[in-house]
Order: sequence, then structure tokens, then C-alpha cells
Amino acid sequence: MNEQVLRDLVPAVIGVLVRRGADFAPAEDAVQDALVEAVRVWPDDPPRDPKGWLVTVAWRKFLDATRAENSRRHREERVESEPTPGPAGALDDTLQLYFLCAHPSLTPASSVALTLRAVGGLTTRQIAQAYLVPEATMAQRISRAKRTVSSVRFNQPGDVATVVRVLYLVFNEGYSGDVDLAAEAIRLTRQLAAITNHEEVAGLLALMLLHHARRPARSRADASLVPLAEQDRSLWDTRLIAEGVDVLQTALARDRLGEFQAQAAIAALHADAQTAEETDWVQIVEWYDELVRLTDNPVARLNRAVALGEADGPRAGLAALADLDPALPRWTAAAAYLHERAGDPATAAHLYAEAARTAPNLPERNHLTRQAARLNTQLRS
Amino acid sequence: MAKYLLLKHYQGGPAPVVDAGPMDQWTPDEVNAHVQFMTDFGARLEETGEFVDMQALTPDGAFVRYGGEGQPPVTDGPFAETKDLIAGWYVIDVESWDRAVELAAELSAAPGPGGKPLHEWLEVRPFWGEPPTVTE
Repeated sequence: MNEQVLRDLVPAVIGVLVRRGADFAPAEDAVQDALVEAVRVWPDDPPRDPKGWLVTVAWRKFLDATRAENSRRHREERVESEPTPGPAGALDDTLQLYFLCAHPSLTPASSVALTLRAVGGLTTRQIAQAYLVPEATMAQRISRAKRTVSSVRFNQPGDVATVVRVLYLVFNEGYSGDVDLAAEAIRLTRQLAAITNHEEVAGLLALMLLHHARRPARSRADASLVPLAEQDRSLWDTRLIAEGVDVLQTALARDRLGEFQAQAAIAALHADAQTAEETDWVQIVEWYDELVRLTDNPVARLNRAVALGEADGPRAGLAALADLDPALPRWTAAAAYLHERAGDPATAAHLYAEAARTAPNLPERNHLTRQAARLNTQLRS
Repeated sequence: MAKYLLLKHYQGGPAPVVDAGPMDQWTPDEVNAHVQFMTDFGARLEETGEFVDMQALTPDGAFVRYGGEGQPPVTDGPFAETKDLIAGWYVIDVESWDRAVELAAELSAAPGPGGKPLHEWLEVRPFWGEPPTVTE
């Protein structure tokens, strides 16, 4: 049994312990301890019923930890006297866990850390490595998050929208370390999509699959970024694209549009194009209109301006850009690109250099610097 | 979350607000209070899950550069008294620029002579982030 299959069981096992009367925080600790033991014992002695094994061991660890507390009698009495809740399904427990870990009282970073541990079954060390902080720091972040939600009742209904935002963060804003956060985000979103019937969960899953499909083409061996238009599309994962499009179409058919479905639709249109020239920019602009309508997000407006530059020509794109705040992230980079396409390499070179100075990350800065250098070299010759 | 460097200088940067004099001229209690403040600050950062790294540098060292094929490295040092000189840093992982500034101000309130805040200038520098996956 591989690690991922093992981790799939984590939310359900935590759910069983909580239903037996354990508080969330010690239940989660006990399941982590049981996982460590499973990794040690199972290779030589695989259990016939992995979930049952985990429940038994985690429950024993929970009782051991509870007994070790000073207030031993008090706690045991409480566990004993806890009424046995009804036979809720394992799926409900998993969903409750997603809600709890994305509770609105938590900061986004705390939600991300708690979700990866309690729903994803990753160890604190793995999460710390994934976010490039010391293990002690991540341990504090997780235990503070657990304290914050300790008073939240496990059976409180939650909001899928908050869960979706947390999973999007895991997918979009991770480092590329030993733990593949993008793959983990997809696994957790798949699991959520299997137990909820929410269009935006499907939309997010489709968005993730469609972007993940491009991963082999997104960077060169030296880690430099390859813009979408220059990517080798034969490297795109057609299986993931097919799945993403399928998931998206099913969601769209229900006619309850949301921002993730709209974003996925844009990604699907890019995936449809065999070459960058075949891209259906007119439809992409229409989807950006939807996205702007749904979110009123200035970044969506910026992306719409760039798409408009492709659909109606760079002058139209520049006109749309002129209506937006130049302080927006990547505004200058978009202006540089559109000016070059409009046949003004001198302005474009100047703007690329300026964009490089304010780039949000090193690969983007290097990319923008290379664009400026390319144009400046052309202009000198 | 984003990572920031809180950089402490021996010298250089804007003119000091408080003339605290060299630490060896303080009373032992004043030195102890200052050191304790630094320890507590680090502990608080760990507690809030915002700590990444803390290091202190000696004022020694030199500038070094490649001297050319077959040549030894060229060094320029020790550092001149007027040079900008880094004393150490904290690396923090926080929700926002505002939080980084808040923490820097807290650190800058470390006590000096008479237990009064030093108002020391700290340099706050954002780390480059990672490129996002979703780009359009």
C-alpha cells in the first residue's frame, strides 16, 4: 500500500475518533501517530482492513495520550459519558473535516497547513519543507490553528467556497520541493468533488487538471519560464486535459456559473488550440467578461485586456489597459507586451525593464529582463 | 504568506535617532535587558509560527573577488568604519508587508541605556516569491 492510499484514509479515521467523543485536536494527533506506526509496521505485516487497523491504533493512542494527562479521571469520565452520536457516514466526516480546516476564523496560511495535515495526512515536517519554514514554526502554526477551531462544533455546516479557496492556494502558491503540492491539491480536490455536488468544486478540479497538464511544458531544464504562446504543446498531458474538459462540461451543464468554472473554461480554450495561433481569443474574452462580472477582480480585468489585445489587436488591448490602475501586479509587463505587438519596441523595451524591477518572483524577473535585453539588442543593431 | 528579511546594521543606513553609544559602555543590567528582549522576540515569533531564521554576524570579514586565471582571490578588508555593515538578521514568514513592518518596529524598540527603546533603523526586505501556477 503506498503512502497516498494510506493518507486517503486519514479524514475518515479522524472522523471516527471524533464521533467516539474525542476532541478534534487530540484525535488528529492520535491519527498522525497511528500513521507513523503504519508506515513502520505495514511493509512487513500488511493489515487485511487498513482503515480498521488505523482506527484501532489511533484510538489506543488517543486513550494513551488522554491517560497521560494530569486530569486523567476527568477526561476519561468525559469520554465515557459522551453520548454516542448517530451512524453518520464516513463521507460526512471527511466533508466536516474540510470545513473545519478551512474555518473562516483561520488565516489562509493556517487553513492551508491544517488542511494538509488533517485532511491530507502529511506530516508537519513535510508541510514545513513544502513552505520553506522550520518544522518547529510549522508545528506552532498547526497547533495554533487547532486551538482556534477547538470550540467549533464538528457537525457545524460549513461553506464550500472557503474550502475551495484554501485548495486553490495549495495548488497555486506552493514551492517546488519534495512534496508535490499541486498533485496534493488535486488529490484533495478530487476527494472533495467525490463527496460534494458543488459546481465550483468541479470547476476548481477542472482548472487544476488543465493547468497541471501544461506542467511539463511550463519551464525549461534551467527552471526558466516558458510563456504559454511558446510552450511545446506536444508536451501537454492530453489525458489530464480530457479529464479536465469532461469535469468542466458536466459542471457547466448545470448552469450555475462561478469564478473557478470560468477560469477553467479559459484554460480549456487554451488546451483546445493545437498551436498558439489557433487560440480562440474571442471566446476567451467572453469568458473574461463573465469572470469580471462574477468577481470584479482587477487581475481578471488585466487578463481580459491582454486577451482583448489578441482578439481585436494590440491597440484595443492598450486602450483596455489604460482604464486600469498601473499599480496592478503585472500591469507594466502586459503594457510592454502589447506595445511590442503594436510595433513600438523602444517603449516595450523600457516597460519590460521597468516590469522586471517590480516583478513578484525571480523567474518572472529573469523572463522580463530577457525580453528587455532582446529588444534593446535589436534596437542597437 | 511571504518571507521578509529584517536586517540589522552595525553602521550605515539613516542617521540613528537615539545615540546609545557602544554597548560596552552600558551597565550590565542594560545589556542583560537588551539580550533578553532579543531572546523573547525570537521566542514570540516561534510561538506565532512566523519564525524562519535568525543569525548574527561578527563585524570582521572582508570583500573578496575573483583575481583572474591562476591568480589568488583579491581581498579588500577589514571593513572601513564608514561602510554599511550588517550585524545580523531575522527571516520571518508573515501574512503581509504590514505585519512585517509591525514586527520590525517591535524589534526596533529593543531597550538601550536606561531601558529606553533604541529606535534603531531596521531594513525590511521582501524575498522573491515563487511563480504562481495559474497565469491567465
